Amino acid sequence: MTSLPAGRIIRFALLSLGALMILAPYIFMISTAGKTQSDIFTSSLSLIPEHFYFAENFAKALAKVPMATLLWNGVIVCGLIFFFQVLVAIPCAYAMAKLKFRAARLMMVLVMLGLLVPIHATALPLYVAFDRMSLLNSYTSLVAPFTISVFAIFMFLQFFRAMPDDLIHAARLDGMSELGIVARVIVPNAWPAVTAFAIFSVVAHWNDLYWPLIVVSKQAYATPPLGLMYFRAAEAGDDYGALMAATMIITLPLVVAFLFAQKRFVEGITMTGLKG
Amino acid sequence: MSSIALAGNVSSVAAFHRRSEDRTAWLLAAPAIVLLLLFVLLPVAAVIFLGFTDFELGYGKFRLVGFENYAHLITDRTFRKSLWNTSVYTAIVAPVSIILGLGVALLIEGEPRARGFFRTVYFLPVASLIVAMATVWQYLFHPTIGPINELLALVGIPGPNWLGASNTVLYSLSIIGVWQSVGFNMVLFLAGLTAIPRELYAAAHVDGAKSALDRFFLVTWPMLGPTTLFVVTISITNAVKVFETVKMLTDGGPNKASEVLLFTIYQEGFVYLRVGYASAMTVVFLAILVVLMLLQYRVLDRRVHYT
Repeated sequence: MTSLPAGRIIRFALLSLGALMILAPYIFMISTAGKTQSDIFTSSLSLIPEHFYFAENFAKALAKVPMATLLWNGVIVCGLIFFFQVLVAIPCAYAMAKLKFRAARLMMVLVMLGLLVPIHATALPLYVAFDRMSLLNSYTSLVAPFTISVFAIFMFLQFFRAMPDDLIHAARLDGMSELGIVARVIVPNAWPAVTAFAIFSVVAHWNDLYWPLIVVSKQAYATPPLGLMYFRAAEAGDDYGALMAATMIITLPLVVAFLFAQKRFVEGITMTGLKG
Repeated sequence: MSSIALAGNVSSVAAFHRRSEDRTAWLLAAPAIVLLLLFVLLPVAAVIFLGFTDFELGYGKFRLVGFENYAHLITDRTFRKSLWNTSVYTAIVAPVSIILGLGVALLIEGEPRARGFFRTVYFLPVASLIVAMATVWQYLFHPTIGPINELLALVGIPGPNWLGASNTVLYSLSIIGVWQSVGFNMVLFLAGLTAIPRELYAAAHVDGAKSALDRFFLVTWPMLGPTTLFVVTISITNAVKVFETVKMLTDGGPNKASEVLLFTIYQEGFVYLRVGYASAMTVVFLAILVVLMLLQYRVLDRRVHYT
């Protein structure tokens, strides 16, 4: 390397400064979650709480927010969405990539159109329809609109096209049905694409506020973002200690998952991102 | 004679296979097609139709009003304000987060040590619940007890009422937006950077591109073209879709200073329940997305593919 050490020092300093700015909210979140109300009002810049108040703040957050329900709802909703997305998208992508499918071109047009349409654009008629069927405040209304992911179809399509045909021919010669091929040959080989998509899908739906806000008005079906919003409204936003404690509990699952499976996360986001 | 018969037989068998394969394909794709119709195509058609009606939730009847909703939109001050705010927000967040994302990616790419650590840190906001982090930002931005203003006070600068004043609220939201999306753009740029063959840099060196800046403009920038185009489109689209932070922190206020497109649609459609009018707004929103996509394709068509 010919670059001067001075250059490296500047580079390192810049990166560290930026990293500090990215981390600052997390640092203050953890610090504030351990402070008493009076601490928060007098010394917001001292990061170490004067009186350790973590237990009290967490207790308050857990008492006021049905945290278990929220997290459970988050898991159920994200799990169901992901399950249906994969169940629907894989056979479709397989048919488009590997079978002589006369409607494949038409499907491709539909997929490209679908990629353009976010839930915000379809929310109004879907809301009216769910309202008419009295399906508001239910897992069905939270999950159903996302069971079709054109993004998943698009991603699996790219992945299947790169798969060797010999694999499928061999399975056919063995007398496997097309459905059997999908289940026993395609899915096991599509694992990297499935995990990448899983991460993309879970991050997107765990974070989504728009649709749950529209179809859910009862705590019982609230997802984590919605639950946090209720809590903040109820607390009028002034008890920052408890609010930060609640924030920590809700942010933690995905952050921990990210720290453990970091490589997969980044892969998932880039794979889904770059192909999108 | 027999060979012709055989050939005919073979082709009819092949045709049979093709037909049965086509049928299987239809069956495998059927659930996707049905759901696509039900949850994407029909709702989009319905939104376009509802945009021409005065449909309100709770009232049984509605009538066709032609372009009345759209005529109303043009003079609607809230909607115009909302379009303007969304444009300002996008004009700040998209370019800043793209430039910072590229900068961080270049710095990390050149840094052999601690690369993994920095990548993790910058990516953290992408994996965090934005609604939750928004409440943390609200605390950071608090005019009296917030750390940012206390820090400013230390150096003698009176801090503004970040989220509470109409002349700063949009910028405060933009800061959160940038904080949230730098890591995402960085990861995309990093992927683009690793795809550039090393030999090109060596060749550029031989050709006389001695400084790092020369090499950047000669090799990195053109080779990153497709990645940059993608990052630009996705950044703009994401910025246009800003909603969570606004709903969480400002409710469009103060005095509609942070009213953005999706928030206005949400308010009209799901709070005031004026579905017809909100549908017309949604059509405008969709039109913006379509235009963005068409622009991307145009640029893509003109650009050379390097791969």
